[in-house]
Amino acid sequence: MLSNVDWLDEKAAWPVAPPDPPPGAGTVAFLGDAALARMSDTNRSGTEGAATGAGDAAEPNAAARAAPEWVEHVTRIRDARDEAAFAELFAHFAPRVKAFLIRSGADGALAEECAQEVMATLWQKAHLFDPARASVSTWVFTIARNRRIDALRRQRRPEPEDLPWGPEAEPQQEDMLALQQDSERLAEALRALPEKQRHLIERAYFGELSHGEIAAETGLPLGTIKSRIRLALDRLRHALK
Amino acid sequence: MKTEITHHLTPQLLMAYSAGTLPEAFDLIVASHLSLCDACRAEAESYDAVGGALMEGETSEMSAGSLEATLRMIREGGAAEADAPCAAAPPATAELPRPIRDYIGGDLADVRWQGMGMGVRQAILPVDGPATARLLHIPAGAEVPDHGHKGTELTLVLKGAFRDEDGRFGPGDVEVADEAVEHTPVAEAGEDCICLAVTDAPLRFAGLMPRLAQPFLKI
Ligand SMILES: [Zn+2]
Repeated sequence: MLSNVDWLDEKAAWPVAPPDPPPGAGTVAFLGDAALARMSDTNRSGTEGAATGAGDAAEPNAAARAAPEWVEHVTRIRDARDEAAFAELFAHFAPRVKAFLIRSGADGALAEECAQEVMATLWQKAHLFDPARASVSTWVFTIARNRRIDALRRQRRPEPEDLPWGPEAEPQQEDMLALQQDSERLAEALRALPEKQRHLIERAYFGELSHGEIAAETGLPLGTIKSRIRLALDRLRHALK
Repeated sequence: MKTEITHHLTPQLLMAYSAGTLPEAFDLIVASHLSLCDACRAEAESYDAVGGALMEGETSEMSAGSLEATLRMIREGGAAEADAPCAAAPPATAELPRPIRDYIGGDLADVRWQGMGMGVRQAILPVDGPATARLLHIPAGAEVPDHGHKGTELTLVLKGAFRDEDGRFGPGDVEVADEAVEHTPVAEAGEDCICLAVTDAPLRFAGLMPRLAQPFLKI
């Protein structure tokens, strides 16, 4: 499937060639419809031993949502300022944002404060969420990451030029659904990775590796997600003309 | 995206940008390339999805009353700045990608260039952290200065083009060079070349003319 040797060779020279393998190349096989099975899965909490608590124990249903349902929750906040939808999102995501910030070096109090701010930002920016390009997990991660850069590293975060999306670019329901399901499969694939490989990815995201030390091959099925995001970007570009 | 981009960012840089672990100057050049290159933008966003999947794996209990506190924050309008709708739309006439305009506080016409001799000009951008960022203006046909570098140097072409041993670099193309790379880029004839260059090595062209002359004499 992929060689562990690549992973261990942290000093591998940077490829200067364009990083563009064909979609699907170098990916692990999809794990069937594990994503759907997840909807009734009760053993998802505690997939990592380092968890400091079962944050969503009070909301057992909140942990069992599938990605497309989270999209609906965000839509309900955007369209109806729905606090019940927000409470469910909060029960699921706030403990995850907090754990992410603690793993990245924040103390408990700062992580708690930032997690609340990240969730408030989710509310305020609900109209900017594009479900054809990201799952809610992905989007919350980007907000949490930016908050971390601001709060822990105290530096600016230059972001790419926005591609505003309006009614003309409203994503097709099926494209949106496909992207959401791909994101769930990605999460499954991440859980299924050999410990050593997953650990390297974690170290990259928690700031323990420099860019020169990051391995190019993740062993994750990123090809399909990448092509779907690319299609969504093409649609936005077209709508902008 | 007027021209075809042929030189892209590495997967390592895109993943590190998504992870949020790069120095600010590197974030700036990555964000600028992503503004021009949808292939790399899609790849970077797929790495965001990895971050989202990773974040799903662990929880840490929130304190009692945290939801109520957050709802209060929302009602009071705290946390995030309100977004002005349409503020994001780029002016149709913009010459530089928005991330760079943000650092200039304007567009290409507002850059405050400093002469470096031999017609080359530079403008250092105010980034924090261990890496530095500067705009370079190279006259058509002239050699790009200071390319025996330490550390990693990334160069993004904004206008014009340069050529070196690795080929031609036009608008949107980015050259990723580490210490091992020896090259002597030359701006193409016909049009001046404007680039954004970032490096994590100490900037050797810090400002005083006598020191500036030295690297040129080596060329
Ligand atoms: Zn690119």
